[in-house]
Amino acid sequence: MTAADGRWMRLCVLGIVLAGLVLPIVTGLWQTGRAAFGHLPAVGAVSISLDPWRALAALPGLWRSVALSLWTGVGSTALSLLLALALAGVLNGRLSAGRTARLLAPALAAPHAAVAIGLAYVIAPSGWIARLLSPWATGWQVPPDVAIVHDTAGLSLILGLMVKEVPFFLLVLLSAQGQIAVRASLAAGRALGYGAGTAWWKLVVPQLYPLIRLPVFVVLSFALSVVDMAMLLGPSNPPTLAVAMTRWFLAAETRLILPASAAAFLLSGLVAAAIALWLAGERAVAALGRVWLRRGRRGRVAERGLVLAGAVGAVLAALAAAALASLLVWSVAWRWSFPDAWPESWSLGAWMRPAAGWGPAVVETARTGVVATLLSLALAIAWLESEDRAGLGRARWAEALIYLPLIVPQIAFLFGLSIALLGVGLPAGAPAVIWGHALFVFPYVMIALSESWRALDPRLVRSAAALGAGPWRRLVAVKLPVLSRPILTAAAIGFAVSVAQYLPTLFLGAGRVATLTTEAVTLASGSDRRITGVYAVLQAALPFAAYLLALLLPAAMRRRRGLAAS
Amino acid sequence: MSGLVLEVVSIRPGAAAQPLFAPLDLTVAAGSITTLMGASGIGKSTLVDFVGGHLAAGFEATGRVLLGGRDVTRLPAEARRIGILFQDALLFPHLSVGDNLSFGLAQRIGGRRARRIAVEAALDQAGLGGFHDRDPATLSGGQRARAALMRTLMADPAALLLDEPFSKLDPALRSELREFVFDHVRARAIPVLLVSHDREDASAAGGPVVLLAER
Repeated sequence: MTAADGRWMRLCVLGIVLAGLVLPIVTGLWQTGRAAFGHLPAVGAVSISLDPWRALAALPGLWRSVALSLWTGVGSTALSLLLALALAGVLNGRLSAGRTARLLAPALAAPHAAVAIGLAYVIAPSGWIARLLSPWATGWQVPPDVAIVHDTAGLSLILGLMVKEVPFFLLVLLSAQGQIAVRASLAAGRALGYGAGTAWWKLVVPQLYPLIRLPVFVVLSFALSVVDMAMLLGPSNPPTLAVAMTRWFLAAETRLILPASAAAFLLSGLVAAAIALWLAGERAVAALGRVWLRRGRRGRVAERGLVLAGAVGAVLAALAAAALASLLVWSVAWRWSFPDAWPESWSLGAWMRPAAGWGPAVVETARTGVVATLLSLALAIAWLESEDRAGLGRARWAEALIYLPLIVPQIAFLFGLSIALLGVGLPAGAPAVIWGHALFVFPYVMIALSESWRALDPRLVRSAAALGAGPWRRLVAVKLPVLSRPILTAAAIGFAVSVAQYLPTLFLGAGRVATLTTEAVTLASGSDRRITGVYAVLQAALPFAAYLLALLLPAAMRRRRGLAAS
Repeated sequence: MSGLVLEVVSIRPGAAAQPLFAPLDLTVAAGSITTLMGASGIGKSTLVDFVGGHLAAGFEATGRVLLGGRDVTRLPAEARRIGILFQDALLFPHLSVGDNLSFGLAQRIGGRRARRIAVEAALDQAGLGGFHDRDPATLSGGQRARAALMRTLMADPAALLLDEPFSKLDPALRSELREFVFDHVRARAIPVLLVSHDREDASAAGGPVVLLAER
């Protein structure tokens, strides 16, 4: 019977998820926790004590780092969410969902590190904006001595995070909009005398928000614990807590590892506190919102808010485009001295010797991404199919399981995980890195695929069953081909997630695995913008190529089968 | 001149497409309920969208809509003061029944207390006394429809469009609700345009009946 079959399959999937996904996270947290309280035999610490915490408290700049993390994390998340909610209102009815998703693809595909590097090349005192305005408007013949990138208030970091998170929120909102009656709500509101913008905020946003809450927490956790972007754009002395502890973990002095573990614990607490703060904020906003709604004002403030959001969104989009373009221009620039808006001479020099650097990094990145994506995709399909066969929906705890790796801060368990791996005799290296990437690729693949999988017309599968096709034939001959487009899209998203990973590669590769991302981040602190440009361009190009492939492949396959495209 | 007037209204579903129905001229006098009938698919709901200002992008419309002698054709929906009772009584799911009504309540009624009193009075009239804090999802079809009508009336509309508001109710409830709706709108002395394909709706409304003709 298929139901029994399904239960068995479900058990298998659950077993793999528990062993492959939950176990490493729990073990990693456990190991980090033990190190935070003084137990790390690898460095000769075996006692249980509060010494690591005392050492941590004594480290210079700790509280400043904590404050910076909270400020940049909560600030960037709140601003991105607000802007995305407003932009969704601006785009609603003006741009179709499909076209919006396609426009967002490049911004979503570009890894955080590439965006951060490019953004620095645009907004820095010696960057493109200053060059375009100099010397005619500013009078600058040399770059002014002001800290724009790495500013002590973390504003560049907030800007960089917004460039990445606003498109992400927009995509999530786009799919949430499909689940509620947006048009009817707006029409009902306008028939009662409310302007479209006011109706958007009062009627649509409160219905959308509960649907995107988990992604909001994912972004909040990410923004509080991000390392690569914070290294590239954030304050440097002291840096955010996540960057500070990464430095301590990787410092030559091993005695810093214990306080670093305590800091990892502290960061987990910080994420939990930020989520609690956010929940309290939600209640306050809901209560104020109800008062606002009951007053029945038909004012036009919200309309102007949407216009402003449209303008800010356009600026962000322009910055993102300029950031990616600047990477490309720098990678082929030769002489490009300060006030010039364009290079004086060009060269493909940085691109000419792949064997000397970027070639192996591309291979390593692509290999890690492809393997991690295929593993994740197989597990996701097995999970969804087992749900179908067992005839069961997804329990809340199962949904929570999927989000677990995205909400627990990476850094809190990755270091502990690398120690645990050593402990059981699994060496750091490419396989460990692939596994580490899969921890974060799987949730995104699963989230991306679930919706389309459920939206599949059940009559198709029932028709196949009525024609005598068994469960496997239904899967292989009906579901997978019909769902080929969303499956490929999910794969492209997974691949992009893998390419963007920085910390898992760093901690689980023990310095022996060099991907485009780790190389680009390392190179960005040097002075050669040409070489850095090459790595960052490639880093952005790989996921983009994957998205393009996901878009073009289904059409090509249809054509080969002799089916007309239209 | 407090009626609702449509002048040679014609709607096409695209620039190159044929009009949905023959050009329509219609006057709905204040205090009367005019029923507009037509086969399903002829574009009755599209016409309601046009009059209310909700026409979806892609549609091309010509003609004018006048309300109380004022041309409202170019005005946005929210400035027309034309209330609509939709086919599905769409109550906002994030608001309680009472808050749905206070959302509709005209803003000239100021002060938290006064607004609350107005909402409670309307709930009582609709037989929904004590339902202020209820989740709209827990209401029956008839209760939802009554709440939706009260919400529409609270905005103090200058004209009212009823877009087949009874078609989704079961027959027993239908006549009861018709009576409720017609009683309330007649008391307002505003022009009411009822769009329906049900002859019983037309006879219960007791006003002029206009047939939407094929082109």
